[in-house]
Amino acid sequence: MCSKKIRRLSYSLAINEALHQMMEKDSSVLLIGQGVKSPWYVGNTARGLLDRFGSERVIDTPVSENAITGVAVGAAIVGMRPIIVHPRMDFMLYALDPIINEAANWHYMFGGKVNVPVVFWGIINRGGEQAAQHSQALHTFFAHVPGLKVVMPSTPYDAKGLMISAIQDDNPVVFVDDRWLYRLEDDVPEELYSVPIGKGIVRREGKDITLIAISYMAVEAIKAADFLRQEQGISVEVIDLRTIKPFDKELIFESVRKTGRVILADVGWKMCGFMAEVAATLVEEMFDCLKSSIKRIALPNVPAPASRALEKHYYLNAEKLIRAILELLKGEEVMYGVQSALL
Amino acid sequence: MYSKNFLISLYKTMLKIRLCEESLVEPILKGKIKTPCHLYTGEEAIATGVCAALDKNDYIFGNHRSHGHYIAKGGNLKQLIAEIYCKETGCSRGRGGSMHVVAPEVGFLGAAPIVAGTISLAVGAALASKIRGDKRVSVSFFGDGATGEGVFYESLNFAALKKLPIIFACENNFYSTHMPLRECRFKDNIYESGIPFGVPGYKIDGNNVLEVYEATKKAVEMCRRGEGPVLLEFVTYRLRGHVGPDDNIQGLHTDIRPKEEVEEWRKKDPLEIFKAFLLKKQVLTKDEIDKIKFEIESEIKEAHLFAQKSPYPNEKELCKYVFKEN
Repeated sequence: MCSKKIRRLSYSLAINEALHQMMEKDSSVLLIGQGVKSPWYVGNTARGLLDRFGSERVIDTPVSENAITGVAVGAAIVGMRPIIVHPRMDFMLYALDPIINEAANWHYMFGGKVNVPVVFWGIINRGGEQAAQHSQALHTFFAHVPGLKVVMPSTPYDAKGLMISAIQDDNPVVFVDDRWLYRLEDDVPEELYSVPIGKGIVRREGKDITLIAISYMAVEAIKAADFLRQEQGISVEVIDLRTIKPFDKELIFESVRKTGRVILADVGWKMCGFMAEVAATLVEEMFDCLKSSIKRIALPNVPAPASRALEKHYYLNAEKLIRAILELLKGEEVMYGVQSALL
Repeated sequence: MYSKNFLISLYKTMLKIRLCEESLVEPILKGKIKTPCHLYTGEEAIATGVCAALDKNDYIFGNHRSHGHYIAKGGNLKQLIAEIYCKETGCSRGRGGSMHVVAPEVGFLGAAPIVAGTISLAVGAALASKIRGDKRVSVSFFGDGATGEGVFYESLNFAALKKLPIIFACENNFYSTHMPLRECRFKDNIYESGIPFGVPGYKIDGNNVLEVYEATKKAVEMCRRGEGPVLLEFVTYRLRGHVGPDDNIQGLHTDIRPKEEVEEWRKKDPLEIFKAFLLKKQVLTKDEIDKIKFEIESEIKEAHLFAQKSPYPNEKELCKYVFKEN
């Protein structure tokens, strides 16, 4: 048996390694999209791919999101396994037709005759006063559509494992990551491995309250849980869903049976946001287990502002989660340096 | 010149498409067929001529008006008619209906009615062929209306950049549903749309099956030599409504095309033109044509019976096929 070698790797290089290994393993895998040879755009996630696999399979493209995404879908229809990268999710809006009308429906509307093994990779890329059109987290749009799976890894380990699963899946998978996660480091095995789509994970065990989070907020959730355990003796169970469609209901239910209290942390807007679906599911299926109202922590229904003075109040972090948890548990205002009417 | 068998096979395909489309008229009017049917009547020469120049392995993508493409590429007739009745035995198992026909076993990878929505998909199939070096050619069938979509121009540019083996086959019937081409486009020059991108374009009489075949054959050869893409504009006219047999008969009164214009085009019916050619060249006699017609009519009748007797999809399988199980 080969020994499993593990070393520290950043989130972005974990994705890079997934791409290297899958392109090496399977000649039908290709990477296409804007900036795959520009370090400025996709960080170092595409490092070395062009040199190793050539411009036929690592394809930098003109700014034509609609057509290029359709090209990836068409290539998948004939059996390739393309990854189409959108260096900002905002730019994916031009590509909703091939993603939703075509790819998501193709297998169903042809009675299972043709499948579409494509990965739509959209990067949440925000902060730094980038403002409304360079900051959006649009994962919920895709979770709404039958025929799409949506994954949102929060750790380097999961980023690699879920990218591999997404490429190997016979269906369209939307892979959503966040530039804020790119420098995170973690133990990542060198070998090729997969993280199952649809399975969440308990990041911290606890008994007082369940904190369900995705993507960047899963990182903040762990910070919040550790702080509350040390400073307040509050035991917070943190669930990182990892996949938002289909999401791991069993894992959530198991935790809620234990804690009876739930806080939901999204990286997108609150209105019709993904966590509204989780909350509704809990109310529909777990009402008897709930000891208190469910609370959602999500972005206010406001476009992303430019000014750092506003960004600070707009974006969410561990501090805001801590405050929300304390409010829910104690029903009283606790100040942790956050003075915001937005919450 | 052409072999007798080849000419007869072209005629049979055109006639099969025509008779298939016309066989749908009555069931549509009686409400037996509900799925929106965009009949191909009048445009048969295009699908027939294009697909005759392709190999079975070559790829095509269709649109909302694709029964003709399906038949010309060699799709199974019973499964087509059953799909139009939305039955489990249909080519898309009753999940797609008339606008979503498919026959992957003969390279027809799917039809979809989002205008211009499948153009980029066909470019993607061509990209795959280039990467694999399998020499396949892809054809995207779309109408004049699709040339108003930005994705058409994005696709032309990308296909040209990568020298992809794709034929952009525009079936210009002069109407984007109700809107005449002159109200949609500054110039009647669809075939020139690729010029800024370096894509050669040709305007072809889409009602002359041999001209369609010749133009496509040249385009296919160019694509196989790595000199694609090519844009072909086939000028034609639909002899039925935008959707259904006749918009006016159905009471919608949306067909606002001038009567004289429709009559003029009836004189250019591609099937009649080719039939006259075959008779004149003594490829077929009247009796032989009648015999062919009878045979095809029987086949179509049988397909309708098959479809009518077939079961609808089982309600227990409503959720099947959303995802493919890995």
